[in-house]
Amino acid sequence: MILAIDTSAGTSVAVVDDGRILAEHSVADTMRHAEVVGSLILECLASAGIAAAEVTAVVAGMGPGPFTGLRVGIAAAEAFSVGAGIPLLPMVSHDGIAAAHFETGTQSAITVVTDARRRELYWSTYSGLNANGLPERVSGPNLAKAGEVPTVVLGISPLLVNATEVPAGALAVVAERLLSTGHAFERYEALYLRSPDITLSNGPKRVVQ
Amino acid sequence: MTVEKPARELNRDAPLVLGIETSCDETGIGIVRGRTLLANVISSSMEEHARYGGVVPEVAARAHLEAMAPALRQAVAEAGIQLSDIDAVAVTSGPGLAGALMVGVGAAKALAISLDKPLFAVNHLVGHVGADVLGEEGPLEYPTIALLVSGGHTSLLLVRDLVSDVELLGETIDDAAGEAFDKVARVLGMPYPGGPHIDRLAASGDPKAIRFPRGLSQPKDMAAHRYDFSFSGLKTSVARWVEIRRDAGEEIPLADVAASFREAVADILLTKAIAACRDHDVPRLLLGGGVVANARIRELAALKCSEAGVTLRVPPLALCTDNGAMIAAVASELIMAGAAPSGMNFGADSTLPVTTIQVT
Ligand SMILES: [Zn+2]
Repeated sequence: MILAIDTSAGTSVAVVDDGRILAEHSVADTMRHAEVVGSLILECLASAGIAAAEVTAVVAGMGPGPFTGLRVGIAAAEAFSVGAGIPLLPMVSHDGIAAAHFETGTQSAITVVTDARRRELYWSTYSGLNANGLPERVSGPNLAKAGEVPTVVLGISPLLVNATEVPAGALAVVAERLLSTGHAFERYEALYLRSPDITLSNGPKRVVQ
Repeated sequence: MTVEKPARELNRDAPLVLGIETSCDETGIGIVRGRTLLANVISSSMEEHARYGGVVPEVAARAHLEAMAPALRQAVAEAGIQLSDIDAVAVTSGPGLAGALMVGVGAAKALAISLDKPLFAVNHLVGHVGADVLGEEGPLEYPTIALLVSGGHTSLLLVRDLVSDVELLGETIDDAAGEAFDKVARVLGMPYPGGPHIDRLAASGDPKAIRFPRGLSQPKDMAAHRYDFSFSGLKTSVARWVEIRRDAGEEIPLADVAASFREAVADILLTKAIAACRDHDVPRLLLGGGVVANARIRELAALKCSEAGVTLRVPPLALCTDNGAMIAAVASELIMAGAAPSGMNFGADSTLPVTTIQVT
C-alpha cells in the first residue's frame, strides 16, 4: 500500500496498491501546497478506506519543480515515512507524467515539459516503456529557457507533452513496479535544477558620499 | 475539503508533544512532556549564510528540508521515547520566512497524520515566551513583559496569559537588533554572525567612548513609537563614524566602537522594556531570542530590573534561540488549557500577528 505525494506543480496525493490507484486527490493551485497537502493525504486515506498505519511505503516526487512548493511535498513524504517507520521512495516527478501518457496507448518518444517559472521550462525525454513497463527516461530532467527545449534528442524527435499537473497515482504505480523489479530509486535529493538566487556582497556599502 | 475525524481523548495532564520549528535558519525539533523538556535538537544553517553576511531565505529553506528527518530521529532518540507515544505534534505557522516555514508545516501535517495524532499550529513569537515554562525557575507568573530580540525580530510584548492573551506593545520599524549587530560587524570587518564578535571586541572597549544615537527615544518619537525600536539610524551612524576616520587615515578604535554600539543597543532595548513594565505596572520582565546571548544585554537587564524592582527571567540560551521545544511547550500549554487542535488547512503565515497564539 503506497502513499504518493507530489508538489512539483500543483499538489497531488494518491494511494496505490498492486498497480491500482485506490485514491487520487489533487489541487492544481501552485501557491497553496502547505495549506492543502494534509487534507489531501487524509482524503486519500479515507477514500482508499485505509488507516495511516496500513501504508507500507511513501513516494516523494522529488521534482523538478519550483523551489518553495516542491519542498512541501518532499518534507511531507519524508515526515510521513519517519512517523510510520516505512521506506521513502524518491522519484523523478516527470516519470509520473510519462507513465500516465504511455498508459493511454501511444508508445512513441515524448519530451515531458513543465513550468519552471521565470520563463524557463523543465524537460525530460522518454523513449517509451521498457520491458518492465517502466517509462524509459533517456534525457533529463533538464532546465531550459522557454522556446529552447530541443526538438531532437539523441537523434529522435519526441512528441512534446506539456503538463501542468503531476499525477501522484501514476508516479506511485511506477514506484511500485520499480520496487517489485528490484530497481534502484533516485537519490534522495530535491531536483531544483537551479542554484539559490544570491548576490555575493562586496563588503558593506559606504554611507558617507 | 476538511475530512472530519472522530474526536479522541487527548492527554491533557502532561501531554507528550513534539514541536517543529523552521521559521528562520534553525531546524528545531523539540520534545516536551507537560512542562518538562525531553529533547531539544537544533540543526543550524548559519554557517552556510556566513559568506553572504546574512540569512539567505532559499539557502535556509533548502537546509530545513535536508535537516528535517535526521533532526526528527535524533530528537526521538534523545527523548528516549517512541514516536507512537506522542500525544500531539506542534509546528510554527509564523511569523518567519515563508519558504522556510512551509517545510515545517508540510512535515508536521504528514507526521501528525502518519501517527494519527492531533496537530497544533502556533505562533513563533509566543514560542519564545513559552520557552520559559521549560526552565528550572518554576512556572511563569502573569502578567509579564517579554522582550524578544534576535536576528529576525525585536518585539516587546505584554503577556497576560500565554495561551489566551498576548499583546504586541511595540516592535522594530526597520532592522531587527540582531541584524544591526551583523551589519555593524561587517563595517568593522568582522564575519557573520556579528553578535558574538561584537561582544568579544566590546569586552575591552569603553561603552561611553562614543555617544551613538538611541533610536525612537526623542520626545516626538515617544508619542507615536513609545515601545517601538529603530536600529537603522544607529547602524548608519556607526558606519559614518568609522568611514570618516578611515578616510582621514586614522586608526579605528574597534573595541570602543563595538562597546559603544553595543551599549546603545542594550540601553534602548532595556530602557523601553523597563518603561513598559512601569507603564503597565508589571513587575516582571522575560527575555527571549538569540541576542540574549549578548553578555552586556543580560548584564544591563539585571541592573535595570533590580533598580526598577522588576523580576528578570532569562531562559537557558538553548531555549532562547529558535528551537522546537518552545513550540512544543506552547502547544503543551494549549492542550493543558483545553484547546482544540488546529485542523489541517492552515498554512505558513510570514506575518502572523502575535495576538494569534494558535492558528486554527
Ligand atoms: Zn525567533
